[in-house]
Amino acid sequence: MEDERSFSDICGGRLALQRRYYSPSCREFCLSCPRLSLRSLTAVTCTVWLAAYGLFSLCENSMILSAAIFITLLGLLGYLHFVKIDQETLLIIDSLGIQMTSSYASGKESTTFIEMGKVKDIVINEAIYMQKVIYYLCILLKDPVEPHGISQVVPVFQSAKPRLDCLIEVYRSCQEILAQQKATSTNP
Amino acid sequence: MVLKAFFPTCCASADSGLLVGRWVPEQSCAVVLAVAHFPFIPIQVKQLLAQVRQDSQVGVAVLGTWCHRRQEPEESLGHFLEGLGAVFPHEPWLRLCRERGGTFWRCEATHRQAPCPPGEDQVMLIFYDQRQVLLSQLHPPAVPPYRHVGADPTSPGGLAAVFHTVARCEALFRSDRFDEGPVRLSHWQSEGVEASILAELAKRASGPICLLLAGLLSLVSAVGACRVFKLWPLSFLGSKLSTCEQLRHRLEHLRLIFSTKKAENPAQLMRKANTVASVLLDVALGLLLLSWLHGRSRIGHLADTLIPVADHVAEELQHLLQWLMGAPAGLKMNRALDQVLGRFFLYHIHLWISYIHLMSPFVEHILWHVGLSACLGLTVALSLLSDIIALLTFHIYCFYVYGARLYRLKIHGLSSLWRLFRGKKWNALRRRVDSCSYDLDQLFIGTLLFTILLFLLPTTALYYLVFTLLRLLVVAVQGLIHLLVDLINSLPLYSLGLRLCRPYRLAAGVKFRVLEHEAGRPLRLLMQINPLPYCRVVHTYRLPSCGCHPQHSWGSLCRRLFSGELIYPWRQRSDKQD
Repeated sequence: MEDERSFSDICGGRLALQRRYYSPSCREFCLSCPRLSLRSLTAVTCTVWLAAYGLFSLCENSMILSAAIFITLLGLLGYLHFVKIDQETLLIIDSLGIQMTSSYASGKESTTFIEMGKVKDIVINEAIYMQKVIYYLCILLKDPVEPHGISQVVPVFQSAKPRLDCLIEVYRSCQEILAQQKATSTNP
Repeated sequence: MVLKAFFPTCCASADSGLLVGRWVPEQSCAVVLAVAHFPFIPIQVKQLLAQVRQDSQVGVAVLGTWCHRRQEPEESLGHFLEGLGAVFPHEPWLRLCRERGGTFWRCEATHRQAPCPPGEDQVMLIFYDQRQVLLSQLHPPAVPPYRHVGADPTSPGGLAAVFHTVARCEALFRSDRFDEGPVRLSHWQSEGVEASILAELAKRASGPICLLLAGLLSLVSAVGACRVFKLWPLSFLGSKLSTCEQLRHRLEHLRLIFSTKKAENPAQLMRKANTVASVLLDVALGLLLLSWLHGRSRIGHLADTLIPVADHVAEELQHLLQWLMGAPAGLKMNRALDQVLGRFFLYHIHLWISYIHLMSPFVEHILWHVGLSACLGLTVALSLLSDIIALLTFHIYCFYVYGARLYRLKIHGLSSLWRLFRGKKWNALRRRVDSCSYDLDQLFIGTLLFTILLFLLPTTALYYLVFTLLRLLVVAVQGLIHLLVDLINSLPLYSLGLRLCRPYRLAAGVKFRVLEHEAGRPLRLLMQINPLPYCRVVHTYRLPSCGCHPQHSWGSLCRRLFSGELIYPWRQRSDKQD
């Protein structure tokens, strides 16, 4: 079962949430961030090249222009491969674990998998981010030493930063699965 | 809990048979290791499993049946399969079924003894690549994984159990389909056992070669440890020169590589492999440097330019001293002290230039022989370069020491006389400042000396500043060379190469992908290895370096500079306090 809805992030950009229900014990949430806009790319390129041309007219050295082109290309490639995240996915599988995948604009994917035995709970937390107060979804990990303690807080959807309405949808679905998990783990 | 069945991808196209593997009850997970095909004799299957259990200490058993055919199962086969459940009792009994050419599977788990509550007999199929899981090594994060209460401390929990099971049951994968064994198994090596002629030859040859080289190395270290080198001039030189330190380090490495003891765990094996790669890279770069140096008489050019460069440096120093003896930067120096210090240092430079000119006929020969040392490795050549720089700038070091000692004497005198000026005294017994009543003549002389020292301070301070800056410049150049040597020494090249070419060998974890799904059918997932990121590879497998790291933080360095204490940025490990 699959459905798609559109939400907005904390800055007002459009996000698309795709929900897939594979089975009662396996669900996937896929958040697509707004793509790289042509306007900002053109603006940055023009600024860099204007600055390089200004330097060239001062120094009369053509190496500056080729260096500027080189820097722009490398910068763009680096930005697409290391910085710009296109899609963030959360896959939750009952009794196996939770997997978070970030896909970059260049196609690179970086995945983290947390086993269900380590997960204590999924909660929505508040945080102060620059001048705003935002909500974010996070996974609480169990502390091996202390049974009621928390060893780590892993935030989810860090670069998409959806607003509370989107987070509540994801939170409700995840809690259904976690409730199933808790029920089966307490039964022998 | 949902039952998880880990199924190897190589068995997905195998013929019908029995599922052989391990059942982990705590996580309700069945790890299928192989498929035993019909026809078989149950007694022989049980014997084989008992043998594997003994070899690997893992509870291998028959988990269920695997059915791969064209159409719906016939009645007789259905009864036959159910009958097998009685021959090989196992709780729960798995039944996996797949149509030939079909994508969707059917799996059922039946509990014979306890009737399972509804909704609990869901089965989840997780496919895994057996070869990759067997060869990979999990690198858990720093926090230890959560263990269920009462779990066996020797067996790992969670997904690590799957890796552990597959890795320990190598005995099961030793036979392939060309062997005439009692039971025909399907697993990742059933098409033919993987082996390499070169690897086998290397293993046979490594024994005697290691013995021979270990003997040679022990001879070399015995020669190096003989009493001649413990006498004063040689031991002093040996501790100060970075070349000797680097040679000792490399000798340690070679001894590690050629030791006849086998590596006990994977970490030691990786360390050995990384050391071999580092030594090979070093020697290769050194030979490259050697061929570049000895071609087209570059050594001659180098020797020809060395003496004029040393002369030029000495001339620049002389200009600098003349400038200091005049009115440097418009400051007015004390004429007499200025002249004394300036003439003292100028005489030193004169001695140094005569010494260099004395050495000039021999420079080319020395350089040629030193260049030969590059065949021992680039690191040795770089350490030699650093030592040569230290020797050539020895006069700067001397000037720095003179300036620093003079300045320190002055600062101590000033602080002590300042205390006298205020009527206080340093109590050495109590290690604190106490008040003290002085006589008039003591006060008079003390104040006079204080004034003299205070007005002579700018001159000394300026000389100290200039020579400290020069010394720091030389130290910075030497530091860069040491950094490069450290990099070559400690970079784990083998691990990085492994991460590049065989990323599944170094695993940070796993990742799952949901395969095509149809409602009513069990969920199918593909488990893949998530490789370790490069920075963690370097961090985990770094080789230990020489240990010549700066001892002081920036704050303490500034404090020592200000008070005039001598700084030794590279303390060797066995140095005593000077």
